[in-house]
Amino acid sequence: MYDFAYHKPSSVSDAVAALQGAEDGTVIAGGMTLIPTMKQRLAQPSDLIDLSGIGDLKGISVSGGTVTIGAMTTHAAVANSPDVQKAIPALAHLAGHIGDAQVRNRGTIGGSIANNDPTACYPSACLALGATIKTDSREIPAEEFFDGMFSTALEEGEMVVAVSFPVPEKAAYIKFPNPASRYALVGVFVAKTADGVRVAVTGAGEGGVYRASELEGPLSSNFSADAIKDVKLSADGLNSDIHASSAYRAHLVGVMARRAVEAANA
Amino acid sequence: MQDGATGIGASVKRVEDKRFLTGKGRYTDDINRPGQVHAYILRSPHAHATIKGMNKAAAEAAPGVIAVFNGEDMEVGSLPCGWQVNNKDGSPMHEPGHPPLARGKVRHVGDQVAVIIAETLEQAKDASDLLAVEYQTHEASIHMDKALGGGPLVHDEIGTNLCYDWEIGDEAEVDKVFAGAAHVTEIDIVNNRLIPNAMEPRAAVGEYDRSDDRYTLYTTSQNPHVIRLLMGAFVLSIPEHKLRVVAPDVGGGFGSKIYHYAEEAIVTWAAPKVGRPIKWTAERSESFISDAHGRDHISHAKMAMDKDGKFLGLKVATKANMGAYLSTFAPCVPTYLYATLLAGVYTTPVIYCNVKAVFTHTVPVDAYRGAGRPEATYLLERLVAKCARETGISQTDIRRKNFIPADAFPYQTPVALQYDSGDYITTLDAAEKAHDVAGFPARKAASEAKGKRRGIGYSTYLEACGIAPSAVVGSLGARAGLYESAEVRVHPTGSVTVFTGSHSHGQGHETTFAQLVSEKLGVPYDAIEISHGDTDKVQFGMGTYGSRSLAVGGVAIDKALDKVIAKAKKIAAHMMEASDEDLEFKDGKFTVAGTDRELSFGEVALSAYVPHNFPHEELEPGLDEKAFYDPLNFTYPGGCHIAEVEVDPETGVVTMERMTAVDDVGRVVNPMIVAGQIHGGLAQGIGQALLEGCVYDDSGQLLTGSYMDYTMPRADNLPSFGVGTESTMCTHNSLGVKGCGEVGAIGSPPAVINALVDALWDVGVRDMPMPATPQTVWNVINSAGTAAAAE
Repeated sequence: MYDFAYHKPSSVSDAVAALQGAEDGTVIAGGMTLIPTMKQRLAQPSDLIDLSGIGDLKGISVSGGTVTIGAMTTHAAVANSPDVQKAIPALAHLAGHIGDAQVRNRGTIGGSIANNDPTACYPSACLALGATIKTDSREIPAEEFFDGMFSTALEEGEMVVAVSFPVPEKAAYIKFPNPASRYALVGVFVAKTADGVRVAVTGAGEGGVYRASELEGPLSSNFSADAIKDVKLSADGLNSDIHASSAYRAHLVGVMARRAVEAANA
Repeated sequence: MQDGATGIGASVKRVEDKRFLTGKGRYTDDINRPGQVHAYILRSPHAHATIKGMNKAAAEAAPGVIAVFNGEDMEVGSLPCGWQVNNKDGSPMHEPGHPPLARGKVRHVGDQVAVIIAETLEQAKDASDLLAVEYQTHEASIHMDKALGGGPLVHDEIGTNLCYDWEIGDEAEVDKVFAGAAHVTEIDIVNNRLIPNAMEPRAAVGEYDRSDDRYTLYTTSQNPHVIRLLMGAFVLSIPEHKLRVVAPDVGGGFGSKIYHYAEEAIVTWAAPKVGRPIKWTAERSESFISDAHGRDHISHAKMAMDKDGKFLGLKVATKANMGAYLSTFAPCVPTYLYATLLAGVYTTPVIYCNVKAVFTHTVPVDAYRGAGRPEATYLLERLVAKCARETGISQTDIRRKNFIPADAFPYQTPVALQYDSGDYITTLDAAEKAHDVAGFPARKAASEAKGKRRGIGYSTYLEACGIAPSAVVGSLGARAGLYESAEVRVHPTGSVTVFTGSHSHGQGHETTFAQLVSEKLGVPYDAIEISHGDTDKVQFGMGTYGSRSLAVGGVAIDKALDKVIAKAKKIAAHMMEASDEDLEFKDGKFTVAGTDRELSFGEVALSAYVPHNFPHEELEPGLDEKAFYDPLNFTYPGGCHIAEVEVDPETGVVTMERMTAVDDVGRVVNPMIVAGQIHGGLAQGIGQALLEGCVYDDSGQLLTGSYMDYTMPRADNLPSFGVGTESTMCTHNSLGVKGCGEVGAIGSPPAVINALVDALWDVGVRDMPMPATPQTVWNVINSAGTAAAAE
């Protein structure tokens, strides 16, 4: 690990000021990706701005059909929250199956979505549920937030402070884990909302999380696994690696989507 | 076995676990010497390149840096190979040099290029960024077919990538049998390359003491005396009396810590140069590209049968990957630990095997849990399963029909080995019962009702361990003997220290070996200590691998215990004024036949060190005996493994539903430890079958270089195992023991793959490669479907 300057601000404004004042600074939330990357000397930030001292960034609230989760809320806190379990059980389930117990107790929702790892679980929930990402300066719809592998709409010096999820009628997330890393080889989040069905896929796309419109149409008219059993999904634009060819990923998107619909209806 | 028993057959809890589980183990990386500095090894990022130049100046000038050495600086001997295999024509194998730091060329990603020694590890790493190495890269030979088919040479000086071309058996005789056979079954087999992944990464601390001109190496080794010999005599020219090697607590080895590695030589060689002790500890990503890998065979095999399915002859051609350099034991693994096992548990009368060992631009390959025997077992048990399919004989009948009968021992195979004991029908019957094979059809129907497919697979295997009779291995090219030594030191108050040349790196020797002592001397278990792993304490040792600790090291202890008893009897006879022929020793007491005179072992021990009235011309003081034991034969554990899998045909996901292993491991000293060893072996066997696969790209980059891509078995990949033992005794060692460390990894992979083929037989699947990952299974199902549709 290379040397860096360490800051632990106690407010969002101090954090943003520290970030903007650093030569090549980065915020650190749970550090579940950043720390290993730094240990391998693949990242060399000049400054680390540790967000763990900012109480405002932690916590979960539910009001008016919206679940709002502070950026520094851990996966374990989301998974174990009775409020989330009641309002959007699929979201609690998703959080409860990220990584292992250690990761879930350190990793945060803000860190996950700001990193936008193409195999992370949370981006699919954001996209399928039509979440809004709140930053220190604005609100960004999930559709606009995730704009490519490890890339987001965040500007230099901008940070996520919370994510708001509208409560759907029904939802489910099914992950097909990479056998080695157990990240999502393919993860499909299906949400039935008043505005129709949204299906978001993580792990599979070359550009990160995406909506599977070929599945959304049939499911919007008939929210059952049967409605999509004959939909052939194209492998174009999907990742191919030693664990899964693009054709296998395309096939798994269909299977996981059907299983997610069944789980949502169960 | 009564409660509180501590002798042979008792499930004594492992005494070493308390320190391991409470963080009090003392591993190499826990050792910090006064004034210690840190080494960082710069490794090659290329599979094949010429080192055109290296500018060390900037790195040498970096903060905290003490020295930077490269291959030109380190002019020492080559890392030696301990086994010579000869070609068919009797000429010796090619044995290219293996410098600890590369000279001229690098030959695999991870090859050692330079060492940076600095006050802190971070400073050494910072300096490595400044070490400018100019490489001219070349195309690499990664796959064996390319290496043999005119691909770039790994070692220019030998002019070929063929290390050796070896054979066993009479090819013409075997061909004649095939010509007259009623049926021939053929199979192509790939035994996938594995990366060992012991929990503790390798580490080494080198130290030089100017006052007595002595070197000490602390290292993560399975055999410190072997490292002392190899490094001292062949690499650094340090005589044994000036070199101490200590292998303290070691967190797993599985074979990967047998070998003498460059880093051990580097820190020992450099310690006097910098005048400070030097520590090197591998990071996990370094382990992936510097620990010797395992397996990696490509084979074609065929079995000749008569019209009733009786095996008449076996012919095998194997290509075995050696990697870029010959690791310590590498040449013997695909020959004497592989082809000699091809008879398995069957009466196949003639066998021929040709093995071509191949250099490639990959990490060296050497013995890994089972070493050759898993490769032989996998080939044979897949082939036997296919023979059954093609002849229409059931999976168990074809085996029963060809088993070596229990009354045929000692049994001479056509491939050199003579088995001493075994009873394969008993282990098969016991496994079928324990597995509830009778209930399989109902379980299969239940799976099918859920849209899943279920299969069952057998492996009736045998292995040769207790390595090894020195005369035999010497005649086969081993450059060492494979005996073991022990010293039993009885202290004046009757407590006992055993010094053993075996090395425990997870096996539980401190418990099992103490049970041998407790059984034989009747000494309380907590008065016994097992000492190992330090060449200054233990007189000699060949170490732990090849399931040899109990069958060779334990028997050496047993012999030393016999000598202790014989000496103690003389002392007791003197004390009780009796003839030692009239003395009996039982349950820790010496008694004189026909009298009520008795002495406890402790009283005799005290007298041995307080010899006030000893007749010194006849009786020496002291009670401390040594023994070396060279086994008369290998030992031959065997048994039956039955796997049951369920497949989700929609995704290719395989779940292990049941795994039953009934093994003949000879006499069992500690049933709990044996079960634990078999559990671990099964986990690795299932890992090889379903999860673990080392993948290089064509340029020689390791694509499975971390746990992000290399799938280690996890608890949730495994079923609750059904393990049991049905033992026959080894007939040629005093304990009757055979060995249990590797049987799980040897027997299980073909059972799993046979089960998978069985599960998918009805959808047209006829073969399944390892590891059978979800993608692989899905692809195989699809191509079977496509093939069926085309028919």
